[in-house]
Amino acid sequence: MFAYYLQLGLRSLRRSPMLTALMVMAVGFGVAASMITWSVFRAVSGDPIPGKSAQLYTVLIDNRGPQYNDNGEPPEALTYTDATALVAAGKAAHQTLFYNVAPSVLPEGNQSLPFIANGYATNADFFGMFDVPFEYGGGWHASDDAGRAAVAVISHELNQQLFGGADSVGREITMDRHTYRIVGVAAHWDPKPRFFDLFSGNAFGDPVQLYLPFARAVDVQMDTAGRNNCGSNADFGVGRDAWLHGECVWVPMWVELPDPAAAKGYREFLTNYAAEQQRAGRFHWAPNVRLRDVNDWLDHMRVVPPESRISLMVALGFFVICLVNTIGLLLAKFMRRAAEIGVRRALGAPRLEIYHQFLVEAGTVGLAGGVLGLLLTALGMFGVGLLFEPEIARLAHLDLSLVATTLLVAIVATVLAAFYPTWRAARVQPAWQLKSN
Amino acid sequence: MQIKPILAAMRHHKAGTVLIALQIALTLAIVCNALFIIQQRTARVSRPSGVEETDLFVIRSDWADKSDPRRIDAQMQADLIALRQLGSVQEASSTNSFPLRGTGWDNFIKLQPDQVKMTTDAAIFFADERTLAALGTRLVAGRNFTAGEIGAQQPRDALHSAQVIISKALAERLFPQGSALGKTIYVSMGRTPSTVIGITDTLQAHMTGSWANPYAYNAVLIPARLLNDYTYYLVRARPGQLAAAMRDAPKALYAQSRMRIINAKDGVMSFAQVRRRAYERDVGMAILMGIISVVLLAITAAGIVGLTSFWVGQRRKQIGVRRALGATRGDILGHFLTENLLIGIGGVLIGAVLAVGINLWMVAQFEMARLSLAYVVAGVVALLLLGQGAVLAPALRASRVSPVEATRSV
Repeated sequence: MFAYYLQLGLRSLRRSPMLTALMVMAVGFGVAASMITWSVFRAVSGDPIPGKSAQLYTVLIDNRGPQYNDNGEPPEALTYTDATALVAAGKAAHQTLFYNVAPSVLPEGNQSLPFIANGYATNADFFGMFDVPFEYGGGWHASDDAGRAAVAVISHELNQQLFGGADSVGREITMDRHTYRIVGVAAHWDPKPRFFDLFSGNAFGDPVQLYLPFARAVDVQMDTAGRNNCGSNADFGVGRDAWLHGECVWVPMWVELPDPAAAKGYREFLTNYAAEQQRAGRFHWAPNVRLRDVNDWLDHMRVVPPESRISLMVALGFFVICLVNTIGLLLAKFMRRAAEIGVRRALGAPRLEIYHQFLVEAGTVGLAGGVLGLLLTALGMFGVGLLFEPEIARLAHLDLSLVATTLLVAIVATVLAAFYPTWRAARVQPAWQLKSN
Repeated sequence: MQIKPILAAMRHHKAGTVLIALQIALTLAIVCNALFIIQQRTARVSRPSGVEETDLFVIRSDWADKSDPRRIDAQMQADLIALRQLGSVQEASSTNSFPLRGTGWDNFIKLQPDQVKMTTDAAIFFADERTLAALGTRLVAGRNFTAGEIGAQQPRDALHSAQVIISKALAERLFPQGSALGKTIYVSMGRTPSTVIGITDTLQAHMTGSWANPYAYNAVLIPARLLNDYTYYLVRARPGQLAAAMRDAPKALYAQSRMRIINAKDGVMSFAQVRRRAYERDVGMAILMGIISVVLLAITAAGIVGLTSFWVGQRRKQIGVRRALGATRGDILGHFLTENLLIGIGGVLIGAVLAVGINLWMVAQFEMARLSLAYVVAGVVALLLLGQGAVLAPALRASRVSPVEATRSV
């Protein structure tokens, strides 16, 4: 019966081509607008490190006090002093700190020109905590951090550019006139949003190209290429050393705490640390610390661009209007066939069969709308690239799950929209229809 | 025109009436807000930068060897001489940032050294005596820096700011009564005062984010070369020679020294490119909202045509009867137009409430401005006209129904 109804449905669609085209277009445009905006939204609002997002926390300490802080919130990163002290304390299962660097890279031996690469000055724990995959070698060891070793990890992409993709572990790379020994080549890695680097606004930035030990980078006076926030506090000194040991924040810090008990313990430790600073006379206020996990941090930093949210809302509203439109048109289409329904009912078809027939017909409209929607979505993906900046636009892509969702949403939405018209169709009184003809 | 028979007819097809009214309501709500977003974004994009944008371009030069500050300083001065000697170049200046750059250095500005909260925030532009000429920005009061006042400093040094030039908006913000000229302000967060020696005409800051809207025109010019890991050169080409200057300038810089990096992708950007990049998201949003509005209006119109056609088809016999009883074509046309107008009015009333509601929600969520009622009124008029236009074709068809229909198929 299903196949027969499908055939009937297709025939009926051909009978009033204008009305059908109108419905298919409404469903197609509605679903395409929703899917395009949804694909961007899901990319910007996704969990960048599923499975671990509840175990990774960023550490924040109020070093400015109630007068200068941001409505009671501590600044969004740590000072060099606090970050290095907390990492050295080692109270969490793993802890890392970093700052953004942009050294000039001179390719080994050959004659090509230097270029700027972006990277992180960080410690050995970084790679394990953030699940950085490796193609060759691995991260450096804690002893390299302690020994301030001149070692580096480079990305797959940088390895392609410098060494043609060969195993470059053990070879050398020159950054800002200093040589570093490569200990690992990371495989392609680009979590979106890049949750740990929100302080410098790199949630959707270009993938990182290299990593080197934090202590080493500080030794060679590699300056931060990220944000440096001194707040409104007047007493920070002059010169690099005063800045380094002063109260400007520029070092994000993350800890890995496997369970809530560990998180509770760490929060206590942090509070004690701040209390100690108060006793030592550095802070003139009660401890004000935060421990925010990945999702909390993404929320707090409002990482989803408002444009993405607004577009999604508008597109969904658009889709609802398209569906209201479809309900009206289906109603017109079905009621036009009241006579046909009357005959079927008079010949003994129960209401359920009428339901079947018309819902299947609506399903075919939905399918046709879905196919059109898919074409428009593909077109729209291309358009997003023209309309929005590459950082956001490249997040939108048509994958298998989006194709399936598009078709499914189109069919389900149309069938749902068809319930009311079908109900009306099933209520047609056979006697009345037969009489008037 | 009698309303009662129309209302009676509408009672007979409640569902269709409600659906059309609902569609008009939702369309009005969304189109009003979409148009408002378009207006807001285009207003942002068309703000003046205060810069003479034609013939201006910027070059970013990163130092490949990150050598010592004295060498960077010498190199920057040599670079500027080389740039100014080019036939296609009218003026050149070094800076750390420029209007519409997007990111950069901003400082809290205070009027007293021990003030707890800032008075306002402002972009810090390192400048020399040629910067204003390169930007094409005039002074409205005071004087420009002299060559002798231009110093050099590293990022963490005390700000070389005994004398500063500030933008008009900043001057007005700091000293609403009277001129800022000759007054002292605190730009470095330290305790050293800066004397305002000049006030520029409108000059936009580098910050383009919405958080910086209150500070968008606040800028402080510091008379120094910033010896950082990189520098920008603001270069003004001779009139009409932008392309040539953009080609010549990097070559001249490389001829000066090869130990620099000028990114092939965006190392040299015309100011038009700077502007496009700064407002890409706003323009994209405006276009997206425009497309959605147009398609939405088209779909709503098509929906009204579809449903009204169906009604006309359904009521051919009744129309025939009315015609046979003496109704003119005009009467029938009027019936359908009035019916649509009534439904439309119902729809726009709900829609106007919805539009304002959605806007209030967006104000709370996204720090958007309040919807001006003019948009709602314009939207109401547009949708009523759209409804009348859409219903015209089916209504004309109805008016052509012959009185003979009354006698058929009974």
